[in-house]
Amino acid sequence: MSIILRPGIFNIHRSMSSMAGVVESTIRSKLLSTLDAKHLDVINESYMHNVPKGAETHFKVVVVSDKFDGLPLIKRHRLVNDILKEELQTGVHALSIVAKTPQQWESSDKVIESSPNCKGGFGK
Amino acid sequence: MNSLLRRSIFPIYNNSLKITCRSFAEVPVKEKIDKIVKNNKVVVFMKGVPEAPRCGFSNAVVQIMRMHAVPYDSHDVLSDESIRQGIKDYSNWPTIPQVFINGEFVGGCDIMLQMHQSGELIEELKKVGIKSALLTAEESKKKEESK
Repeated sequence: MSIILRPGIFNIHRSMSSMAGVVESTIRSKLLSTLDAKHLDVINESYMHNVPKGAETHFKVVVVSDKFDGLPLIKRHRLVNDILKEELQTGVHALSIVAKTPQQWESSDKVIESSPNCKGGFGK
Repeated sequence: MNSLLRRSIFPIYNNSLKITCRSFAEVPVKEKIDKIVKNNKVVVFMKGVPEAPRCGFSNAVVQIMRMHAVPYDSHDVLSDESIRQGIKDYSNWPTIPQVFINGEFVGGCDIMLQMHQSGELIEELKKVGIKSALLTAEESKKKEESK
């Protein structure tokens, strides 16, 4: 929805849509710019769920940012949720978040497990 | 006389009707949730029921609770649309499941998983007087070793 209001970015989304969906790109750019992310993965997990092919409903994001420094987990998640508020209100149904500081990311194994399997409740 | 009676009664009737309507609509969802989350030390809002979760994230939370043998209240948001939206507004959190400990919102699936992995969950449960089964298991293991 939002892209229609912002024709300037529209072309960028269009050109990227062969690799990544519109929503995926928006999530990526919002998190990159707002959190100045040092590392960012935006994974579209929609295919794991009962949705049409190419859907953008279920996402997992891995964000590494200095801005998480000193923030408890819940506040980091709230920050990410807040940045993606629009997306969450207009079609993004599930958002799994891994939010780490650069130090935490460096000392971790950097392996991100995929989200648990769907149990069929979506859309019900 | 008749019209006088009607005139004086009507506004009262009208007012009480409004009050009743409101109490069935806006106010109670928040109040209802407030009551629910304070009714038990641990409360989980999820999709489906613990015996049959209808979402992988809800299932993960159920599994964590099971590992720690936590007694908790669960509420199926799929069976009540007002709670499904109401709980998101209540905690200002966009997704389900949601876990409350001692009436306070603690987090969703990701946070519970991380609290479980870091051992923080054991500490949080301890604060409200719940001893995690994982802690009990650890203690008995230590006892065995020191024998």
